[in-house]
Amino acid sequence: MGDPKLPPGKHNVMFPLELRGVSFAPGERPVVADLNLRLEASTRTVLLGPNGAGKSVTMRLMHGLLKPSAGEITWGGKTTHPAAQAMVFQRPVLLRRSALANIEYALSLAGIAQGERRTRANAALERVGLGHVAQRPARVLSGGEQQRVALARAWSLLPRILFLDEPTASLDPAASREVERIVAEIAASGTKIVMITHHLGQARRLADDIVFVHDGRITEHSPADEFFRQPRSREADDYLKGELP
Amino acid sequence: MSLYRRLLLCLVTVLLAFTTGVRAEDRFITVASTTSTEQSGLFGHLLPIYAQKTGVQVRVVALGTGQALDIGRRGDADVVFVHDRAAEEKFVVEGYGVERKEVMYNDFILIGPKDDPAKAAGKDILDGLRKVESAKAPFVSRGDKSGTHAAELRYWKAAGIDLEAARGAWYKETGSGMGPALNTASSINAYILADRGTWLNFKNRGDLKILVEGDSKLFNQYGVILVNPARHAHVKKELGQQFIDWLVSAEGQKAIADYKIGGEHLFFPNAKKV
Amino acid sequence: MSTLGEAWSTALTLIGGFDAKLLGIVGLSLRVSLSAVLFGSLIGLPLGASVAVGRFAGREPVTVLLNAFIGLPAVVVGLLVYLLLSRAGPLGQFGLLFTPAAMVVAQTVLITPLIAAFARQIVADAWREYREQLKSLGASTGRAALTLLIDTRYSLVTVVLAAFGRAIAEVGAVMIVGGNIDGVTRVMTTTIALETSKGDLPLALALGIILVGIVIVVNAAAHATRRWALHRYG
Repeated sequence: MGDPKLPPGKHNVMFPLELRGVSFAPGERPVVADLNLRLEASTRTVLLGPNGAGKSVTMRLMHGLLKPSAGEITWGGKTTHPAAQAMVFQRPVLLRRSALANIEYALSLAGIAQGERRTRANAALERVGLGHVAQRPARVLSGGEQQRVALARAWSLLPRILFLDEPTASLDPAASREVERIVAEIAASGTKIVMITHHLGQARRLADDIVFVHDGRITEHSPADEFFRQPRSREADDYLKGELP
Repeated sequence: MSLYRRLLLCLVTVLLAFTTGVRAEDRFITVASTTSTEQSGLFGHLLPIYAQKTGVQVRVVALGTGQALDIGRRGDADVVFVHDRAAEEKFVVEGYGVERKEVMYNDFILIGPKDDPAKAAGKDILDGLRKVESAKAPFVSRGDKSGTHAAELRYWKAAGIDLEAARGAWYKETGSGMGPALNTASSINAYILADRGTWLNFKNRGDLKILVEGDSKLFNQYGVILVNPARHAHVKKELGQQFIDWLVSAEGQKAIADYKIGGEHLFFPNAKKV
Repeated sequence: MSTLGEAWSTALTLIGGFDAKLLGIVGLSLRVSLSAVLFGSLIGLPLGASVAVGRFAGREPVTVLLNAFIGLPAVVVGLLVYLLLSRAGPLGQFGLLFTPAAMVVAQTVLITPLIAAFARQIVADAWREYREQLKSLGASTGRAALTLLIDTRYSLVTVVLAAFGRAIAEVGAVMIVGGNIDGVTRVMTTTIALETSKGDLPLALALGIILVGIVIVVNAAAHATRRWALHRYG
């Protein structure tokens, strides 16, 4: 699954992202258990599954926000956690400062030189269509605009992989579509997308491949068109039938 | 100098600069004295005269005699100016002070309700106290180891009353300064032993008035002592001694004698002529 | 009428007359307490934030201690600082006792736990909201603490104001370490105590009215700033 736009070089060694026998058990009962998964560069992967299935935990394990209780996660065969990644959450957490400063803040944490931050931050805001609110306090923007600032912030970091946890769950349809458009654009620039959504239409539009999570386990990982035509697992079949009108 | 010390010094310097600004003159001494001298207004009268003459600022910390002597003992004052002869002599004997000089006296007075239910009014303090005790009339004691408190305890003893045995609800120890004790006495209409200076300057008298005064046993001698520089090297001995010398000089004695409230003398200079 | 009525008219006369002595006392009160608030914030805010964000052994006991020390009696603080700064004490060589600096030290000790404890609570609440995002962006613990302090600044203003209120209103500590020296370490509260001692209740009360007035003005200003900022920055 190659992508013509993916710049060649060291970044490619991040992939594949592999989970081998990964479990996460903060208490007695594991939230997810024995996860095995192999994600290739540049595709748009969507995690589907009912609420409480363990999608968010799986994503956080991959992004490094949680440490697996068992098993291992490797990037291009190595266990070192690469920095070139970003995550966008359901509710954008923006700092009480301007939209531009929010992005500059992320760039400074990423070790980008001061002189370059402003240019990159402005460019990122332009790309999400928010150049005109750069100086506005981020927290007074609308929900949709805030999520776009969060996307611009993630994008400005030029991640090789971008995790999105239900980024449109609290947005209206118009704002959702705008977010989808931006995600597609980020993907087109060569960034691997891993996204959680409950919106099947969105999954159809965006996904190259689907990972179906049920009750703390991955029941299948299939190309999107196959999945929506005929899922291989019973659980996924039930889910699709339940969700569709 | 260790790094820690240097940091500390740095912090202290910043603190000083921040809070005091740059002070043109640092010619000052610290005097630990009693609430009676401060609250009677005597220092408010004396110190400006002294500052004008010498340019030295006298900083007074007003406490009970016991506490004032303790501050001197710790080296936190240059001069102590108090009124408890026995304690002062002990202070000098123990080497905390250089020499005790008598400066002035004021007198204690027995204060009580205008209608005087214990019939304590008279010329004899011991007699007055006996009547208060036998009537079990409410009596407020400083109870704070001040000079006045020490004096009060001496009078009870001299009156032949064993306070430990006689003590009851009528005897109220407040553990406070002269003013607060007077406030208490005024609010419950109690008897109280006070120094005349504080009483004259005291505004919240309520129904209280002087019942016993003029008994020679009530005279209250003030002494002044330079804190021993041999024990505390930082004591400003020249400036301190200069202040003491002025207090007992003819000029200082006159200044003390000049202080009056409502035409009444508060303190009577009695330094020995040099 | 009497005392209360007299107090009001005395207060008005004092304020209206711009009494130089009163101005000096009010000025010193403000200078000492604002300095204490500055130092207390410099220590307390980072301390509270690191306890909120940090993962270190002894975090729980530190939290408990900070919360307990909010109610530290001023007199106890005064006594401790007195023993520290006394010529016979470990820091005696600096000769700070009975100076405004000593009062700043005492008030700083008094309010730092208050600032730290409330800052910890506020930052901990914000941390719950920001934690994943900041960790995702790769913020170190220290950087996260700093970011949270900046982001909760409007709530922290309230904490700092409470600390200022406690500092300027306390009498026990400044009385002991300052000595209530006329013209040097006499602040509003020690003046009030002194005038009460002298039985001049109307004057004491008048000074109390002015003290409360100052605290109200400072709080109103901060409240207005906070409202404006919240409206402006969300």
